[in-house]
Amino acid sequence: MIGVQLQLSSDEEAMRAGQHGVVVQWAINMQVEVARFFGARHMVPVTCAHMVGDIEVMGEPGLELLRDLEAQGAKFRVPVTTNARCIDFAAAERLLQPPAMVAREQEIIKFLKQIGVMQTDTCINYQTVYQPHFGEHVAWGDTGTVIYANSVLGARSNFESGPAAFAAGITGRTPAYGFHVKENRRGTVLVELNAPLDDLSDWGALGAAIGRWCNDYWQAPVIDGAQNLLITPDRLKHLGASLASYGSLAMFHMVGVTPEARTREQAFGGRTPARTLCVDAAAIQSVYDSYPADRDEIDLVVLTGPQLSLFELKLVSELLAGRKVHENTQLIITTNRQNHDAAGALGYIEAIENAGGIVLVGVCFYLMGAGEMRERFGWSNILTNSAKLANIIGGYRYHPIFRRTAVCIEAAVKGRLG
Amino acid sequence: MSSISPATVEITLRGEPGYGPVVEGEAVVSSDAFSPRYDLDRRTGIISRRDHAITGADIKGKVLVIPAAKGGVAAGWAFYDIARRGIAPLAFICGETNPVMVQGAVLAGIPIMHRLRPNPLTTIRTGDVVRVNPAAGEVTILRR
Repeated sequence: MIGVQLQLSSDEEAMRAGQHGVVVQWAINMQVEVARFFGARHMVPVTCAHMVGDIEVMGEPGLELLRDLEAQGAKFRVPVTTNARCIDFAAAERLLQPPAMVAREQEIIKFLKQIGVMQTDTCINYQTVYQPHFGEHVAWGDTGTVIYANSVLGARSNFESGPAAFAAGITGRTPAYGFHVKENRRGTVLVELNAPLDDLSDWGALGAAIGRWCNDYWQAPVIDGAQNLLITPDRLKHLGASLASYGSLAMFHMVGVTPEARTREQAFGGRTPARTLCVDAAAIQSVYDSYPADRDEIDLVVLTGPQLSLFELKLVSELLAGRKVHENTQLIITTNRQNHDAAGALGYIEAIENAGGIVLVGVCFYLMGAGEMRERFGWSNILTNSAKLANIIGGYRYHPIFRRTAVCIEAAVKGRLG
Repeated sequence: MSSISPATVEITLRGEPGYGPVVEGEAVVSSDAFSPRYDLDRRTGIISRRDHAITGADIKGKVLVIPAAKGGVAAGWAFYDIARRGIAPLAFICGETNPVMVQGAVLAGIPIMHRLRPNPLTTIRTGDVVRVNPAAGEVTILRR
């Protein structure tokens, strides 16, 4: 931004000068370029970073880069956790994932661990690993983690992609622009909500309706009208993931619910909403209608994006109790290690697996080489309760169908909708 | 019929300074936003999403003009991946960009600019030869 000067501390200048080694110098130089691009006035220390790093997105060149950085002595100076990845090593063979891809993924994990990563492999770190406090600056990647941290917890982060979160882990700081700056967190547009949102997927549908209308990273929609709805972390999780996916949004406010929006006035902080969207039951329904079934038979039912919480795993196990997934249909569910262990101890995993469902650990479905898997298994359509997955999976040439959770499980059992 | 004669007229778009060195190349203009995960075949550098405005277009070595960044954090690594494999665009000109796209462009060394006037989406046409000068905050249409 014109006229804005980036001020670096003496520590940061020393990093720039190479006094902390070549890897720190490389990392801070990258951060300075990003800081200048967005007009940051300074860098801000972060308590932790959460990074995306798997072979599907990094490719061979990314693996080579990681190998070089490790060889040059890269070490994280703040805790760095990992996002959902593309391989569940226990399931890779069953899913016909190529051995070469599996081997490359193991290499990436090896180098990241040598650099000091905490291998959590989760996109719901905010539910199971780390909950930053109000005002805490973090450098998180995976958009769903960022929007939850900003909106629900009141922590501060921009979307930090893999290399940016990596760099933040190396330097312990990040450029202070965007949602690190209090003024930028104020609401910009208003959403008048007047709809009953009864299922997890309804909250994803709300995110889709808003994100299609407001697709701009720098906006912060203020949702008013949710005060009397039943709101849970999982519902906010689906809302946030969907807003981030459809709208590239990193922050929302919910009046009377989220910490920077006790009132509508506080949420806007003196701004006047630039636009207003009214979301009623018909608007929610129209999101479902935008994903019509291509036929009644369902090849694949996937619950993922984000990984399921312990509560969601309980719900699915109850919906499947005493039933069997249809022989022509696959049911795939993803979660993280912590929830898998807890759900295992509580009998939920066994219940799902006895019904014929597959529970994958540490992955998210669309990262797993979804296009190649579709070809290998001959899948064509996919039914999900995740608005985010419905949005993404078309890029891998699936026919996406988005429905409520119970409808998805019912179809998995019957092999068809309706 | 174009009123611009290639020999005599240069149009310059101006805005905030961007990132990267000066480059010159042919523009590909897309009315749709862009994500390397949702829209691009990362083996070939061709836009693969069927309902994308420029599906089938080869963006390798081109100045890609897009209204906005789209999608999640994938661009952070993906631009480096395609750059090292020689199928990356020469530069990105965005109506509006986001952190992920800039972080990815910086890692990959691909010039990137945004917030230019007049609007690059309506001013630049596919096939135009443009000069991208991020430090000066300028994009100049040289020939069409």
